[in-house]
Amino acid sequence: MTQAILTIEDYAKTFHLHERNKDIPSASGVSLSVYPGRLTALIGPTGAGKSSVLKGIYRTYLPSSGRILYRSKAGNVIDLAKAGEHQILELRKQEIGFVTQFLYCLPRKSAIDVVAEPLFARGVDSHEARGRAEKLLAQLAVPSHLWNVPPATFSGGEKQRVNLARGLIAQPRLLLLDEPTASLDPATTERVVEHIQSLKETGIAMLAIFHHPDLVRRLADEVVELSPPIAVTELSKD
Amino acid sequence: MSRKILEVRGLSRIHGKGCPLCTQHTGPEFDTNICPFCGSVVAAHDINFDLYRGEILGIIGESGSGKSSTVKMLYFDDAPTSGQAIFFDGAEQHDLFSLNAAQQRSMRNKRFGMVYQNPHLGLNFQISAGGNIAERLLMSDLKHYAEIRRRAGELLSRTEVSLARMDQNPKTFSGGMQQRVQIAKALATRPPLLFLDEVTTGLDLSVQAAILDLILEIQNELDTAMIVVTHDLGVIRLLAGRTLVMKHGRVIESGLTDQILEDPQHAYTQRLVASAL
Repeated sequence: MTQAILTIEDYAKTFHLHERNKDIPSASGVSLSVYPGRLTALIGPTGAGKSSVLKGIYRTYLPSSGRILYRSKAGNVIDLAKAGEHQILELRKQEIGFVTQFLYCLPRKSAIDVVAEPLFARGVDSHEARGRAEKLLAQLAVPSHLWNVPPATFSGGEKQRVNLARGLIAQPRLLLLDEPTASLDPATTERVVEHIQSLKETGIAMLAIFHHPDLVRRLADEVVELSPPIAVTELSKD
Repeated sequence: MSRKILEVRGLSRIHGKGCPLCTQHTGPEFDTNICPFCGSVVAAHDINFDLYRGEILGIIGESGSGKSSTVKMLYFDDAPTSGQAIFFDGAEQHDLFSLNAAQQRSMRNKRFGMVYQNPHLGLNFQISAGGNIAERLLMSDLKHYAEIRRRAGELLSRTEVSLARMDQNPKTFSGGMQQRVQIAKALATRPPLLFLDEVTTGLDLSVQAAILDLILEIQNELDTAMIVVTHDLGVIRLLAGRTLVMKHGRVIESGLTDQILEDPQHAYTQRLVASAL
């Protein structure tokens, strides 16, 4: 098998809440690998730390322990758990994408510009960037009369697709997906599945959480099952 | 080439005569920035950060936390008690607090821009909106009336101020429009570094959103580095890639903005974030 693009060794995340003087573990003992052109699925019950792992990689969370080794385009191995903030920002811009369940965007921006933004940030010509955004919105079945409208008024499923398009457009080397199909109807889910399959063929490495076991079966090349960190179970007893 | 544009080290400002105990008995752990021994106010103590080209850095904190003090010193509105700031301008390097008054003025007028919360600080209310921008353009190398007028018009239309109002006095403008004129003025010399101090505070929500949009568009177009001071978590969420959290004159925490908001480390930041949601 090809070399892993991402290798996580014993990731753990615990939140310390000062106000209550309490430690809340959100993930522990997570080890996994992600490969180019393959999809690793994270499965496990709510509270097992699936999102925590994705956020730790993206550094939305500061990992408490463990190593998150990312092999960059330039061939360097970077421990994302310890990398500098500017280096993380650069990797987010150029190499690592994250599709979350929520869309944060400025209220005046049209859907096209929201989707094209990662390309603008990389300095892609705005005409070309918008062209690619339109193509992607069409592929994900966002009705064309919405393209020039800010997504604030869109339905949950439409927002989700705009969010997805924005995460996919820059074709990152490593893509983190947190329930990308959570609020989509079956027909649109099918389109997203097709799109993810085509992304695999282009060599993108993916680490994903899916709501549906069926999607895991269809899309995952590797499956990693997480169980809730021990301390959580202990805490819930008192 | 390093992408660094500004390097701030040990920046401190004490108002009052100061004593050797000032900085040891103030700060978040003492819950005050007033020295119990001499009554001096520690507005900022030992501020350190780097800013990269085209980057937006947020500084967040409540009133009196020292966020505006920090920016004021960098823009030469106030002089630090101690500390250093190096400005990397292309191939040149400037030690900001070693510059003489004329050099500081030139830096302020040509290489930096500032947008204040209070438009009275940023705009001259004796002259027209266009005149305000012209004043700034005159300080750069433009000298021809027609050329200055053309540039001023361009800047106003870029910040979405109707050209019909170019010759009107900004005191007749709405708060949102006054901020747009301030932004146009700050951008007149195409500065590589822009300071924004609570620029959307006190504006209607819809106006706030439009101003934030404008700021991001400008950052994208001109690759301007910005320091955005605000007490509003929503503003840094939308604008800043990295954020410093200040309290009682100290930086108590810094990090990627989404990390500060979702995984705050310091007790104060945890309270701040929890109370905003």
